Amino acid sequence: MTYFAGEYDVIVIGAGHAGCEASLASARLGCKTLLLTLNLEAIALMPCNPAIGGPAKGHLVREVDALGGQMARTIDQARIQIRMLNTAKGPAVHALRAQADKNLYQWEMRRTLENTANLDLRQAMVEQLKVKAGKVQGIVTRTGALYRAHAVVITTGTYLKGRIIIGSLHYQGGPNGQLASTKLSSNLKQVGLDLRRFKTGTPARIHRDSIDFSKTVIQPGDEENFPFSFAGTPTQRKQVPCWLTHTTAETHRIIHANLHRSPLYAGDIQGIGPRYCPSIEDKVVRFKDRPTHQVFLEPEGYDSAEYYVQGMSTSLPEDVQVAMLKSIPGLENVKMMRPGYAIEYDCLDPLQLQPTLESKVIEGLFSAGQINGSSGYEEAAAQGLVAGINAAHVVQEQAPILVDRSMAYIGVLIDDLVTKGTLEPYRMMTSRAEYRLLLRQDNADERLTPLGYELGLIDEARYQSFLTKRTDVAAERTRLEKITLSPSEQVNKMLTSFASQPLKAAVAASQLLKRPELSYANILQLAGETSPLSSLVTNQVEIQVKYQGYIEKQQLQIEKYKKMENRIIPEELSYSELEGLSREAAEKLAKIKPRSLGQASRISGVSPADIAVLLVYLEQRRRRGGIVHVG
Amino acid sequence: MLEDTIAAISTPPGEGGIGIVRMSGSAAEAIGLATFNFASRVDKPITHHLYYGHVINPINGKIIDEALISFMRAPHTFTREDVVEVNCHGGILPLTKTLEIILAQGARMATPGEFTQRAFLNGRIDLAQAEAVIQVIRAKTDIAMELGVKQLVGQLSREVSAIRKPLLTILAHVEASIDYPEHQDVEELARDEILRVSILCLDKINTLVATADKGRILREGIRTAIVGSPNVGKSSLLNVLLGQQRAIVTDIPGTTRDVLEESLNVGGVALTIVDTAGIRDTADEIERMGVERSRQALADADLILYVLDVTEEWVPDNEIMRAIGAKPCIIIANKVDLLLSVDILTTLSQTVAPKPLVAMSATEMLGLTDLEEAIIQQVFSGSVRAEESIMVTSTRHKNALLRTHTALSDVQDAINLGYAVDLIAIDLHSALEALGEITGENIGPDLVEEIFSNFCIGK
Repeated sequence: MTYFAGEYDVIVIGAGHAGCEASLASARLGCKTLLLTLNLEAIALMPCNPAIGGPAKGHLVREVDALGGQMARTIDQARIQIRMLNTAKGPAVHALRAQADKNLYQWEMRRTLENTANLDLRQAMVEQLKVKAGKVQGIVTRTGALYRAHAVVITTGTYLKGRIIIGSLHYQGGPNGQLASTKLSSNLKQVGLDLRRFKTGTPARIHRDSIDFSKTVIQPGDEENFPFSFAGTPTQRKQVPCWLTHTTAETHRIIHANLHRSPLYAGDIQGIGPRYCPSIEDKVVRFKDRPTHQVFLEPEGYDSAEYYVQGMSTSLPEDVQVAMLKSIPGLENVKMMRPGYAIEYDCLDPLQLQPTLESKVIEGLFSAGQINGSSGYEEAAAQGLVAGINAAHVVQEQAPILVDRSMAYIGVLIDDLVTKGTLEPYRMMTSRAEYRLLLRQDNADERLTPLGYELGLIDEARYQSFLTKRTDVAAERTRLEKITLSPSEQVNKMLTSFASQPLKAAVAASQLLKRPELSYANILQLAGETSPLSSLVTNQVEIQVKYQGYIEKQQLQIEKYKKMENRIIPEELSYSELEGLSREAAEKLAKIKPRSLGQASRISGVSPADIAVLLVYLEQRRRRGGIVHVG
Repeated sequence: MLEDTIAAISTPPGEGGIGIVRMSGSAAEAIGLATFNFASRVDKPITHHLYYGHVINPINGKIIDEALISFMRAPHTFTREDVVEVNCHGGILPLTKTLEIILAQGARMATPGEFTQRAFLNGRIDLAQAEAVIQVIRAKTDIAMELGVKQLVGQLSREVSAIRKPLLTILAHVEASIDYPEHQDVEELARDEILRVSILCLDKINTLVATADKGRILREGIRTAIVGSPNVGKSSLLNVLLGQQRAIVTDIPGTTRDVLEESLNVGGVALTIVDTAGIRDTADEIERMGVERSRQALADADLILYVLDVTEEWVPDNEIMRAIGAKPCIIIANKVDLLLSVDILTTLSQTVAPKPLVAMSATEMLGLTDLEEAIIQQVFSGSVRAEESIMVTSTRHKNALLRTHTALSDVQDAINLGYAVDLIAIDLHSALEALGEITGENIGPDLVEEIFSNFCIGK
């Protein structure tokens, strides 16, 4: 028995990191939005590690913020430690990471959702999508409520047919003791979506008071209070350290002795797990020669006694988990509070998605996060934001936004998923971004805030402060170009003291700043100048000047890339009829239906010759008066 | 891909004395001007005019060839882009050199059918012809792919993989240390190690680039130079080998004023024979140019036929001997028909050993078979060996190797200048990308695989 429960512009299914961003974006863009969750207590749940950010992931968080998303602002309110990683490896890969107070994070996010206009929050299990003539109409919940909507965003994470595995024990369930969503995935299959099964896992949690911290090494946070959000510096908070210990020969012995009880090795797990987060049993088997593996103990909050045991993800039976933990220095008397487990879940084939994250199969249906084959809170949030914006644009009959590979990690993430697909849960890595030097965490505002403002997700005050920063950077660069330093005794003496070669001829300050060993502060000193500018501005100046050569090289590459992206391929193109394409290329192109020639060129199995053939056909069509191409 | 400047040799190899290197794209004119010395002062060339002068290497100013150049500005050109054509004097050697210099100036090697493709895309040719364009793209790539597959299973792919593997390993290490900064497993790779591997790979690339010339041997024949003092009978020898009269043969020393180039087949081996003017000091302007060319031909040769006149006392020419060095060389004792005693031959043979000596008379056509045998001997059991030559046979591959070379040199510079690893990684990426153009492998998936198979990282 169903009853009509209401009508919305956009419905978001699932209130994890993707769902929160999607619903907030949609509501903030003025769409009447409904966010449904299995459990109101599990909003923005972090079922795995208590951290947000890190290399590539931290970049995503900064980008989400620059575009007007929520994650950065919430973690700035809920963090208990902050670190800038990779500081010695160059600005392109500097990465911010925060340890989170998990409960606080959830609570802050829930408060934001509850106080956002146009957004209704409701606890319900969705069992059915309503689809008519290839277009989404709404959803039906387990309790029989029918909600109509113009667009639906699915962000079900690992909940679809979720199955928890601990040793030989397995049962239906979502992460961290949550319910699984049982009926929706068969419904998705019925409406024409391709499903597959992925797997992930998490380690045990242990009690703080059962840890002998004296046997571990402290891992403190940074003293500087780096903000995640460009909106401003959060209030300085007490920093809580993490702790480092390691596995021992005894740990490895226990694992080997119990391998036969591992569901992975017994064949009880069918889902495909990610290579980048192997379980401890995987690591010990695959890397036999390593005498030990690192184990980080991470607090789950200010008030929580729970510690996350990073490096010990496992699906071994509970008794083995306890024995394993006790063999680790500092954990001899450990009290386990929750066991580690593996979880299998249904997800979608992202090749069925457009780069807008709308389904190619069902109009008005979007998906984001783990259901698209990704992993990680940050990857989910990034997709959620884009899906939310584009769902709103469908309702409002506006053109979708496309974030491409040259603009942001968000673009790399989405393009990789929808163009290449993925055979394992996809994790963002800096090495996946070809224009890494331009996609820095420090300039995410430069890249995305104008778009965020245009969309209406960045408010006027923040946009004005962004413009001021940009003007200041440009002015300071011009000033440095005009300051000339001559090879005076004083200058050369100072240079020597900075371990830099003395000058032989007069040189512009901007030129001298290109020397790797000299900082912006050094240059000011040499010039006998001071600057009232904030470090945010001077940091930009320094990076832009120092890396100018490399930056220009990458900008040239981007120009080429853009030309190919701007050659749009009409959707109705019938590849099988194109003479000259290889059969493999024709099949792949027909399946993926690339939006542009650029996207087509990234599909594996499509050769440069196939692209040349496509180019010629596109031109032919254009001249026959068919489709006009941009470019 | 769409608007860069492309270049290619647009006349089929081995046809006619004149060959054309054609460029199309916005940089064509600039590259043309940079690589050409006009015989008379030209400030801005008039479109669709032929100019006389020399192709030069702008890096060192060296003359490559005497040539005619024409600049054809858009839109009245075949491709509707700026087009420059260099009509080289002859032979595959100056043509490929000219192309290489143009590529080094920033043009890109055109893909099969690309000039026609551009002509079509820019509206120069009509729809009916479009089908033909696709045929051309497809047909030529199919052949190229076939060749590519052969090359893949062959030596080149093994060699390139041998370079690629250690580079991929260090890049994976760098990337893993960036993406997993706290894992002891991926302690930051010592910069010395990156330097060591890139130097090692640079060496291997140099070797491969050097074999590009051997690859060319198979395609174009063994580049053979005929050298010797003036009037010892070099041109007569060439004529005999070719079986026809080509060079001006007189008794006046210095009458071969140009370098003549001919192809012939000796026992199944293709030879590209260059007959050189004698190398000697001369005041004659034209002759001096000939001498200069001879020196170049000698330096470029794979095999040298050193001709001497047995009726005169032989004084080895020091400059020629130096140029020969360790190159495969056959000494030809010419004019044996005029010889009174064979003792001279015995003495000569001992003097030039271990270089083989062939006694012959070019005018009387004596000793030809001996010479052919000696050449085959040198080719198949000497240091010019056919099997090991199958390495880099295409300019495209050589180009990719040169780009790898540049990227690796940048890696070294970046390390020496103390740049951070994010920049070093960019150059390593470029190096691997260029190598991937030869083997057709993408870095992305390989890199991720390499990271996770080498490093034990996870939550």
